[in-house]
Amino acid sequence: MTDSRKPYIRPLDIKHGHVDMAHGSGGRAMAQLIEELFAKYLGNEYLAQGDDGALLPATEKGKLVMATDCHVVSPLFFPGGDIGCLSVHGTINDVAMMGAQPLWLAAGFILEEGFKLADLARIVQSMASAAKEAGVPIVTGDTKVVERGKGDGVFITTTGVGVVAPGMELSGNKARPGDVILVSGTLGDHGMAIMAERESLGFDSPIVSDTAALHGLIAAMRASGAEIHVLRDPTRGGLATTLNEIAKQSGVGMMLQEKALPVHPAVNAACEFLGLDPLYVANEGKLVAICAENDAEKLLAAMQAHPLGVNAAIVGRVHEDAHHFVQMTTGFGGKRIVDWLSGEQLPRIC
Amino acid sequence: MKYIDEFRDGDVARGIAGAIAREANPARSYHFMEFCGGHTHAISRYGVSDLLPANVKMIHGPGCPVCVLPIGRVDQAIRLALEQGVTLCTYGDCLRVPASDGLSLMKAKARGGDIRMVYSSADAVALAQKHPEKQVVFFAIGFETTTPPTAVAIKQAAALGLKNFSVLCCHVLTPSAISSILESPEVRQWGTVPLDGFIGPAHVSTIIGSRPYEFFAEEYRKPVVIAGFEPLDVMQAIRMLIRQVNEGRAEVENEFSRAVDREGNLKAQNLVAEVFEMRKQFEWRGLNVLPYSALRIRSQFAEFDAEKRFSLAYKPVADHKACECGAILRGVKKPQDCKLFGTVCTPENAIGSCMVSSEGACAAHYTYGRYKDV
Repeated sequence: MTDSRKPYIRPLDIKHGHVDMAHGSGGRAMAQLIEELFAKYLGNEYLAQGDDGALLPATEKGKLVMATDCHVVSPLFFPGGDIGCLSVHGTINDVAMMGAQPLWLAAGFILEEGFKLADLARIVQSMASAAKEAGVPIVTGDTKVVERGKGDGVFITTTGVGVVAPGMELSGNKARPGDVILVSGTLGDHGMAIMAERESLGFDSPIVSDTAALHGLIAAMRASGAEIHVLRDPTRGGLATTLNEIAKQSGVGMMLQEKALPVHPAVNAACEFLGLDPLYVANEGKLVAICAENDAEKLLAAMQAHPLGVNAAIVGRVHEDAHHFVQMTTGFGGKRIVDWLSGEQLPRIC
Repeated sequence: MKYIDEFRDGDVARGIAGAIAREANPARSYHFMEFCGGHTHAISRYGVSDLLPANVKMIHGPGCPVCVLPIGRVDQAIRLALEQGVTLCTYGDCLRVPASDGLSLMKAKARGGDIRMVYSSADAVALAQKHPEKQVVFFAIGFETTTPPTAVAIKQAAALGLKNFSVLCCHVLTPSAISSILESPEVRQWGTVPLDGFIGPAHVSTIIGSRPYEFFAEEYRKPVVIAGFEPLDVMQAIRMLIRQVNEGRAEVENEFSRAVDREGNLKAQNLVAEVFEMRKQFEWRGLNVLPYSALRIRSQFAEFDAEKRFSLAYKPVADHKACECGAILRGVKKPQDCKLFGTVCTPENAIGSCMVSSEGACAAHYTYGRYKDV
């Protein structure tokens, strides 16, 4: 049997249209939005099943990892990315930090009434290309619409599933005294890109978000044969907060070398200007690795050979400390604590 | 970063540290107060004290704008937002200062107050221009550094004829705070706060110049060295103070000559004088009510004075009984002397104002230095 009439009288006006309450009603308008926008860009064999969930093939042996991440970034579009690619990268990275190969993503959208369809299309296209580039398809999703004023344009929640390769057991509780701490590149790029954009700070050279999927870099790190104990992506709260989490989980202390920390000069300048510390600023395309002492150089070389790890560096060491302090030898020659982020980082007055 | 890294150079620091160690007389001790929170922050963040000999001690002073803001003033701002429905704009540091009823501006925001963080007073004026239907109040705090921008905002608002912009003026004056410390019985009579000299303000001095400190050097026989906020500035200033003490001098010296001269920024001073006048008295957190220690808006600009526009009354509120912020701001106690420090008072749950700003003595010690206490 063939469809004798077109399902919708006129196509979605992506160029000039706006999200309205009908797009979340579950009726024809929603079906059209899914078909002409989401499925159009994200389409794959699983989405094409058209059911309430995706029927996925059984995986090869190995434990499953599942991670979820909500994205509420403002502004939605920023130098280096947008909420779309960010929502794909963020969840892929959460799965990958568990030592897993990410396989599939699910995406949930909360749209605000009045949101421009053109912006939504741009975001979904960005998700599509990020997913394609990462080789991790978005296999199922959901859309809801909230009244004007009750959302911030669009919120996206993504959930990812991956399989852990045998022998790759990572956890924040595996850092041991003597281990070496590495980061994969410059710190604070994403957070400062967002802040500069949000506050219209108008720096001469725009700071670009580092948003990226890191599972390729991790594969290269694994291939080096180095004994990796912990992987984490230092997102909100920055490197400082991530290291404090690990120190607490593993029951150890850490000593960083301030001089070894890679920070882009523009980010450093922006932080200086606002009285912020790049150690607490968010990253979306960087990882922290903690590995056995003897493998550190090997791991560093593997990271630096990958395009997403060119600026990788050894930044410190793990040691015994009953107080689980993360400390730092300052470039100045003194010592200080690198504490948990407290509250939000707020610019200083003078 | 150019012009920043040079002032944080570890090799130079070691050189100055060596000189300090050679010049400091081992037979005596040296106690210097760094007035500004900016210095406190630099000392803690870069670990400056680790480079000083044991007989050279730094005492944290009251020069942290957020720390000296009394509860009553934050209450006024909160009431404006919650009860009068104004859009209240302020610098980020102010948002977490604890006020009455377990509130802070940040918590008042969560309760529905329209409270915005701004980077400059000009942002508040722009907001008022953009939203003529709203009353926008700029909660202006800080020492002489932040006062000229507030004066500019008021003059801008006047030029634009804005009817919906006003300023809750809580600007305070550095020399008054220094006098209050020098006049305190702990320094003058009892000698419980040994004070051999001051590291003078950096940014404040770019506005007021070095001249106002000459009185303190002469009258109280205390050396003052004005220093920048970079760690090498602080080290060099300490060395200069040690030399003055050793030679029996009490003078105003200027380490921060790249930005400060004797007269200061006359244009800014004139602007401030045009818009503001002295308050007869003002309550400071920790230092109590000090005469002629703060500014209010001149009657000529009365329509931009939030206290007048909204008929605000000031009600002083006592600090938490066990909170030692007052004594810490006067240099009488150290953060770790306070029973609340690190137990119930932490940056996440600040009881006292010194735990709020990263420039506050308690927050700086908690965040950067508490490993030394265990």
